[in-house]
Amino acid sequence: MSSPASPSAASGQVAHIVYVLRENPVTALSFALFGFIVLSALIGPYVVPYDPLATNSARALEAPSAAHWFGTDQLGRDVFSRVIVATRLDLTISVAAVAISFVIGAFLGAVAGYWGGWIDALLNRILDTIMAFPLFILAMGIVAALGNSVENIIYATAIINIPFYARVVRAEVNIRREAGFALAARLAGNSHARVLAFHIFPNALPPMMVQVSLNMGWAILNAAGLSFIGLGVRPPTPEWGIMVAEGANFIVSGHWWIALFPGLWLMLAVFTFNLMGDGLRDIVDPRRRT
Amino acid sequence: MSSLDRRAFLASAASAGILPFLRILPAEAQARDTLVTVFGQTINSLDLHRVGTNRASYQVAINCYDRLVGFGAKQLPTGEMSYDYDTIVPELAESWTISDDGLTITFKLKPDATFWDGTKVTAEDVKWSFDRAVLAGGFPTTQMRAGGFFRPDQFEAIDEETFVVRLDYPSKLSLPNLAVPVPFIINSKVAKANATGDDPWAMEYLHMNPAGSGAYKVARWDQGQQLVYERNDAWVGGELPAIRRVIVREVPSAATRRALVERGDVQISMDIPDRDAAELADRLTVHSTPIENCMHCLCLNSKFGPFQDANVRKAVAYAVPYEAIFESAAYGRGAKLWGGPEEIDDIAWPRPFPYDTNLDTARDYLAQSGYPDGFEVTLSISLDLVDWMEPTALLIQEALGRIGITVTVDRIPGANWRTVALVDKSLDLHLENFGGWLNTPCYYFFWAYQKDRLFNSSAYESEAVHELTERTLHMAMDDPEYAPLIKEMFAHVIEDLPRIPLYQPALNVAMNGAGGYEFWFHRQLDVRPLNGGEA
Amino acid sequence: MAGRGHPVLWRLAQTIPVIAGVVVISFILTRALPGDPAVQFAGLAATPESIAQVREALGLDKPLIQQFLIYCGALLQGDLGRSVVTGQPVVTDLAMRLPASLELTLTALLLACLVAIPLGLLAAVHQGSWIDQLCRVVVTAGVSLPTFFTGILLIYVFYYLLGWAPSPLGRLDFIYFDPPRVTGFHLIDTLIDGDTETFFGALRQIALPAITLALFTLAPIARMTRAAMLGALSSDYIRTARAAGLSPSKVLFGYAFRNALLPVVTTLGMVFSFVLGANVLVEKVFAWPGIGSYAVEALVQSDYAAVQGFVLAMALLFVLLNLLIDLSYALIDPRIGFSAK
Repeated sequence: MSSPASPSAASGQVAHIVYVLRENPVTALSFALFGFIVLSALIGPYVVPYDPLATNSARALEAPSAAHWFGTDQLGRDVFSRVIVATRLDLTISVAAVAISFVIGAFLGAVAGYWGGWIDALLNRILDTIMAFPLFILAMGIVAALGNSVENIIYATAIINIPFYARVVRAEVNIRREAGFALAARLAGNSHARVLAFHIFPNALPPMMVQVSLNMGWAILNAAGLSFIGLGVRPPTPEWGIMVAEGANFIVSGHWWIALFPGLWLMLAVFTFNLMGDGLRDIVDPRRRT
Repeated sequence: MSSLDRRAFLASAASAGILPFLRILPAEAQARDTLVTVFGQTINSLDLHRVGTNRASYQVAINCYDRLVGFGAKQLPTGEMSYDYDTIVPELAESWTISDDGLTITFKLKPDATFWDGTKVTAEDVKWSFDRAVLAGGFPTTQMRAGGFFRPDQFEAIDEETFVVRLDYPSKLSLPNLAVPVPFIINSKVAKANATGDDPWAMEYLHMNPAGSGAYKVARWDQGQQLVYERNDAWVGGELPAIRRVIVREVPSAATRRALVERGDVQISMDIPDRDAAELADRLTVHSTPIENCMHCLCLNSKFGPFQDANVRKAVAYAVPYEAIFESAAYGRGAKLWGGPEEIDDIAWPRPFPYDTNLDTARDYLAQSGYPDGFEVTLSISLDLVDWMEPTALLIQEALGRIGITVTVDRIPGANWRTVALVDKSLDLHLENFGGWLNTPCYYFFWAYQKDRLFNSSAYESEAVHELTERTLHMAMDDPEYAPLIKEMFAHVIEDLPRIPLYQPALNVAMNGAGGYEFWFHRQLDVRPLNGGEA
Repeated sequence: MAGRGHPVLWRLAQTIPVIAGVVVISFILTRALPGDPAVQFAGLAATPESIAQVREALGLDKPLIQQFLIYCGALLQGDLGRSVVTGQPVVTDLAMRLPASLELTLTALLLACLVAIPLGLLAAVHQGSWIDQLCRVVVTAGVSLPTFFTGILLIYVFYYLLGWAPSPLGRLDFIYFDPPRVTGFHLIDTLIDGDTETFFGALRQIALPAITLALFTLAPIARMTRAAMLGALSSDYIRTARAAGLSPSKVLFGYAFRNALLPVVTTLGMVFSFVLGANVLVEKVFAWPGIGSYAVEALVQSDYAAVQGFVLAMALLFVLLNLLIDLSYALIDPRIGFSAK
């Protein structure tokens, strides 16, 4: 890169991360937001002012006030408490779904891209079959068929995301399997698995990190979409998607807070994940590390 | 007409759609001869008799076809207009006579009645249409049976204008059942010309191409988008409608429908949510009519151990937060069905049951039951009806939790609901919304309380109620025996509580620039009495 | 070039197992759906006999294997079956509704590309600057909102409050007639017909839903463009090209952008697939008569033939799309060949 402040001075992982964060305020902000979201997932349920499930029909549909910062919903439940408590569930859904698809997708893609041949052909056909389904409809079908529980929403989201990882990894590995550095590593006596895992696969990490960040957000949005169709988590469990979906019908009647605040929080979370993508990419980019 | 002329013409007819400021001019509204209505469902067939035809499609049978007879209209105490179950008026029949034994009904058809193609409506057409309804299978056949119509040999065309129905037993339901949407009269000559060996009833043809004599023809049907009715100026079934053209648009999003009618871009929004009805009532004309013979109920399944205990059922009935449900789920629309008198002194139905929210009484009953420490139960609701079921379920969940009954709320996909709730009757605790088309208490009991009936989703079995329903179902309402028997039936179900009534729901319709709305038991929009503005 | 014909045929042959897989999976998926269509379609006041009659009429009383064979047999004759909900052949339904969805999706994608690719390029060239940060924040905000929420918000603001947008009632306001059908795309058909008034009518209708979808697709396209451009710009051949004294614009567009296109095209394919799925929600909000809303309705009603037909049609579309992407790989990046070693 032409930048004079080349990171060559920084040695070591931590120094590099610090450098990236300092270099890029938006990335730093996103990491701070992520910390905040994780924190509210951890301690949120213990600090919210109201029981997120407690109804109070006498105070239904109240606009935001000092007592109810985000107002109350149609059953008089405190929107602020529900939004904060929902963080844990939403974070769980997105992290679990992305982790499953990342691990399975990366493994399949790396194997297929490195060895090629019939494994590659077979995997490609399976991935094509999944990709050939409109993804949201496939998720809908899976959740409808298995029943709408949190686990099934996670599985459905994971399944539809696997091909994204597998294809990215396969393409990156395929390009590099005969590259000079890979052949050199091989000649130096490394096993295929080792070359693949430590020499070739890291090159696929930057594009995968972009994928991870996008998919974390998509996973939440996917769950929100399922809620809108009616296939979300069970009530009265607080979850951003279902709150936005239910609240969306109240916007036209002027009760904007029921949908807006969960929507903002959802947006904030997705926003954070997405912004983190670039930061993660910079951190793991092997070209930047040298 | 060139396409531009047509458009210019339509544009003037529907000027509210493009020139918003015009909609406030009353002269413009009254001169209107085109109405636009929106609703959230989808019309999937133009033939009610076809297998799979959904509820929303019944409106085509109502507006485009005639029956022999129809129901009159009346003003409700609230000022709303409604159909009148007690008044049968001629539609295609000019007159009818019922034999002294009540077994033979002879209809004289209107001599000037013609189908849209100009051919005369004959008794042969009526015979063919009724044969079709009893043989088509599925819903039409079931509904025909309710009136005592089982076989084609019960129907006879004596001559061109005389048609006879012969019954196996006299029934007060027979004549009203000829006024429901199902026994509509089809142009049998057109239908037969389009029938095939595999399809003797021309289901394929009539599915897309109605052939009737009704007040409106289908000018256009874009499936999943819109249906356009155009007036049949030669209609003799009743007074010629004021509106020449009615456009029915399908808009799935409730929020969008509300915005459309509020801004006046459409004149009628059918079946709006209770919440919108409550909020729009002071800005637009909102008609909210309690739906006859319909209750929203909490059903306790007799197959579920704890609910076999009468004290548990009473405990639940006293724990339900009726007022909160009525406010949060129904937004105060409809009628209250709790806190009624102990004494049963009339045969009004639905009626308030003599229970009210009282957690102490509820706890007492639970303490006396075999489950003093409570139990766990799943409360199931249908995804298609979350509008009212979800807030209701959450409030019940919370209230039952206070007396020690742990409730889990389960949402069941609409497609699965009927199977598990009504056919298998496997839901322990659930919400239900049955409403009977024919407005008599015994008809409700027949469907919802008699053993093994479809809507008896509580699997309620009571010999006494079964017997009483059998005896009263076809008995004339003015029979001196009728009222005492009905009161006895009421007493049984109020004591046994297989269904705990929550409230009587309302059908809400918002109108902005249209008038003449009438409530109908079938809950579809009858476009025939509508007009362009004056209420 | 003669060698190219063979791999393409080979690639085409590879799609056969995919289609077979889709047929099997969609059949199993529909059968695993909850609910009994016979009960559903027997109507409100069904009796056990009427349910049995309906079940027989729908052929659902036969064993699953037999149902599958009957379905496959019909498929081979090009018969997708008949939707019980609409009562029409599924082929007719799809042919009627597919153009509406494609028109919406393609318009949205076009809109998104026009905005996102320049943004991505700009961000990559000015990496780390405030332009870069602003691009990130803007596109990320777009993708962070659920489409149905954005849709309702746009309707609320632009139709309900401001009155700028036409009533959200599908593809054309009811004062217009559908243009004579050539492509099924209203925007194209009206132009072919020379009817600019209806063209603008259709354009006004499609604006809000297309913007809703485009907002959602900005991010993946812009981000992939940026990431790919950064990758390309930091590679050896760009350094070489720069060292060789080629003009910056030549380096940027002639070399870097051409190489960055590969992942961008891949992303476009994925986004297209994703957006057709996301359509479901937008179509619902805007009463858009596309296949998305058709599929949801069919899924909710357990309408087997309609769900299977829809999935199969989509599958064919995506197989075609993937084929095009793979072919464009070969054109853009000669390092990838079809013949696996």
